[in-house]
Amino acid sequence: MTARTQASSYNFAYLDEQTKRMIRRAILKAIAIPGYQVPFASREMPMPYGWGTGGVQVTAAILGPDDVLKVIDQGADDTTNAVSIRKFFERVADVETTTRTVDATIIQTRHRIPETPLREGQVLVYQVPIPEPLRFLEPRETETRKMHALEEYGLMHVKLYEDIARNGHIATTYAYPVKVEGRYVMDPSPTPKFDNPKMHMSEALQLFGAGREKRIYALPPHTEVVSLDFEDHPFEVQRFDKPCALCGGGQVYLDEVVLDDRGGRMFVCSDTDHCESRRAEGLRGELLGEVAQ
Amino acid sequence: MQAEASALDGGFAQPVFDAQATFRAIMDAMARPATVMQVDPRAVPPAPLQSLAGAIACTLIDPDTPVWLDSVLGDNEALRAWLAFHANARFVEAPAGAAFALVADPSAMPPLGRFAQGSQEYPDRSATLILQIESFEGGAPLTFHGPGIKGTASMAPLGLPSDFAGQWDENVSRFPRGIDLILIAGDAIACLPRSARLVEGEN
Amino acid sequence: MYVSVKGGEAAIDNAHRLLADRRRGDRSVPALTLDQIAEQLVLGVDRVMSEGSLYDRRLAALAIKQARGDLIEAIFLVRAYRTTLPRFGFAEPVDTGAMLVERRISACYKDLPGGQLLGPTFDYTHRLLDEALDGDPEVEPGETREGATEPVSRIADILGGEGLIEEEISGNDEPDDINQTPLEFPLSRAMRLQSLARGDEGFLLALGYSTQRGYARSHPFAGEIRIGEVEVEVFMPELGFAVPVGRVQLTECQMVNQFKGSAKVPPQFTRGYGLVFGQSERKAMAMALCDRALRAGELGEDIVAPAQDQEFVISHCDNVQATGFVEHLKLPHHVDFQAELGLVRTMRTQFEQAESAMENKEAAE
Repeated sequence: MTARTQASSYNFAYLDEQTKRMIRRAILKAIAIPGYQVPFASREMPMPYGWGTGGVQVTAAILGPDDVLKVIDQGADDTTNAVSIRKFFERVADVETTTRTVDATIIQTRHRIPETPLREGQVLVYQVPIPEPLRFLEPRETETRKMHALEEYGLMHVKLYEDIARNGHIATTYAYPVKVEGRYVMDPSPTPKFDNPKMHMSEALQLFGAGREKRIYALPPHTEVVSLDFEDHPFEVQRFDKPCALCGGGQVYLDEVVLDDRGGRMFVCSDTDHCESRRAEGLRGELLGEVAQ
Repeated sequence: MQAEASALDGGFAQPVFDAQATFRAIMDAMARPATVMQVDPRAVPPAPLQSLAGAIACTLIDPDTPVWLDSVLGDNEALRAWLAFHANARFVEAPAGAAFALVADPSAMPPLGRFAQGSQEYPDRSATLILQIESFEGGAPLTFHGPGIKGTASMAPLGLPSDFAGQWDENVSRFPRGIDLILIAGDAIACLPRSARLVEGEN
Repeated sequence: MYVSVKGGEAAIDNAHRLLADRRRGDRSVPALTLDQIAEQLVLGVDRVMSEGSLYDRRLAALAIKQARGDLIEAIFLVRAYRTTLPRFGFAEPVDTGAMLVERRISACYKDLPGGQLLGPTFDYTHRLLDEALDGDPEVEPGETREGATEPVSRIADILGGEGLIEEEISGNDEPDDINQTPLEFPLSRAMRLQSLARGDEGFLLALGYSTQRGYARSHPFAGEIRIGEVEVEVFMPELGFAVPVGRVQLTECQMVNQFKGSAKVPPQFTRGYGLVFGQSERKAMAMALCDRALRAGELGEDIVAPAQDQEFVISHCDNVQATGFVEHLKLPHHVDFQAELGLVRTMRTQFEQAESAMENKEAAE
């Protein structure tokens, strides 16, 4: 078969065709029922469970020779696990890769959504460790499945409200639960809640793969995604006091970088492509001497 | 001999890439309901199954997914042999037992409610119906809204059951249970997942 | 000066080179051959085949070599390979009654048809380090009993003849397949047994042990443990009958457990079952104990202990899943940590403000 890559005796994109079909069917059902977790017969992958096997299986099932793939971890293309997954697809699918959000047709991510708004035709594939938003309130799958079936989400609201009672605000900063189209409560994967608003009415298709937990779920484009909150305690995203020290960008998520052991620290864009694109346009932050504009 | 030859011919020339390309078209269409898209059909099944329906069958169907054929298709031995050979299809007689249904004459098909709807706990265990219609124009205009649709999306499929709008409202009312539709006419595809709701008053 | 963390790619390449170097170790020491591993570290190979769910001694030996002797890593390598293999067909159920046993013991009877056959066991060795093995001492060929080429009947069948043990009724339905079907709780016994068969030996051992110490006590007797080769047959539709495709070595354990009976069922013995590739006696026994514990619901027993809890046992017994998720904590999590950092800072500020407000209030009073 011509689809066998030269690098190895594995099929194009590693998975055999029957496995791809099984995953593809799960993806279609996931799209048809936004926010619902479709069980699928997840396979062992050549990287460990918990390291992106769900995302990798979803990407492998949709990827074609014309795609341009971007892989990020913590917002960055050059983090080791992102490099490792990107190299995997270069090897088993001989696919073109990029670090530029705008050039990518498929973006696989762990823990972040790119700052650059996604466009129609792009697919964002999330790596998900624990797909069940109710899991830490109720460890049993038999129970949580019933709760979703009956739309019984009281427990989640109680948990969030206990936060408010104790701290004056909701103390969940990442993997912040959302409600999809007024029906399913969904785990957005451990992205910081800063990224939650980007899921709402996105132009791109968003697919979520949890390999170890064997679940796939999806958000079609233009889908209502609302972060859970209360009237008197509306949902709020994190704010940073300063812009990025390298590109001067504001309203983006920043990584804190410790500079020395005397408390020196700086804040830089978590999304490395966003930061580099801005610097390529001549924008500069505090650390690079020139002030933006 | 004739039937045997046609059973072996007409499958994907490049199974891996043809299946991938066809799947992406279905996925895009499912993610943007009621939006008609053009697809290059890569299979040539025996008539009366259309090329695109044949390609979709080769892409999604295998021994794990029981298939129901309407009588137009089911009575055609050459076609059954083709689907068995290229998709390893396993056929069932009862609509409720099927993961996929292939329908050449949707106007005469059983009501949507007779296909597998999934359960409240597992709404994904429901049927996907692949319907060959005459055209995406010239029928009663239908306007949809819901996830995947920016504002509203309209089409006027020709060849659906006369009471389709009513049946579809019922299907939507069962959400999250319900069936999903893949409509094809010639080289055009549009999907109606159960999440696509008819806009009231406009239909 | 801040330097953006770059060069993940070069770092990975270098790490892989170093790993290959350390795997090979001192070049003046001859490299291990796969034959050496497959012949002399057989029980490690068996464990990798069993929990890797792939019966291939050469590949298991290769995986052990590549994994530097880390058996869970080797199991992972085998599983990842196995999952890409196309399925050509399904074997007929193997008949362990027709097994040519190399070892067969029962703790229930002093003697029994076919006899007690110790076979190659560590059981009655004294665990004294044998310095002679530092070299390559001459080893006499082992002797096997005359007539060991005849199948011997299974203890469970003997007990079954008297009606003292529950009947195991094979359903007509195709058994589910954990490779093809996502787990849905509650699981069928077939699904549970498949999961246990590839479950982690250490985890199942600890759970089985816990049932002996009172966490779901089941009064087990080792009804029979047998090790030997069985024939694998595949049904050929073209021929209309099953043909042998090879032989595999299996370890089977039938635990016999007391059961007081219920309103509907007379007192009788119940079963716990273990079956694994190769010679993996500890695993087969632990599996049988866990299987029996997991049947609590079906037998109307109260579910009071971890070993009886399907979701707990089956969701956590796969060591490839477990090691992946535990070790994924090594991956960067700084985006989420940043979010928590911000939250803790905010909460501390609020706490300090509240405290100083309280102090001011006290001072004013």
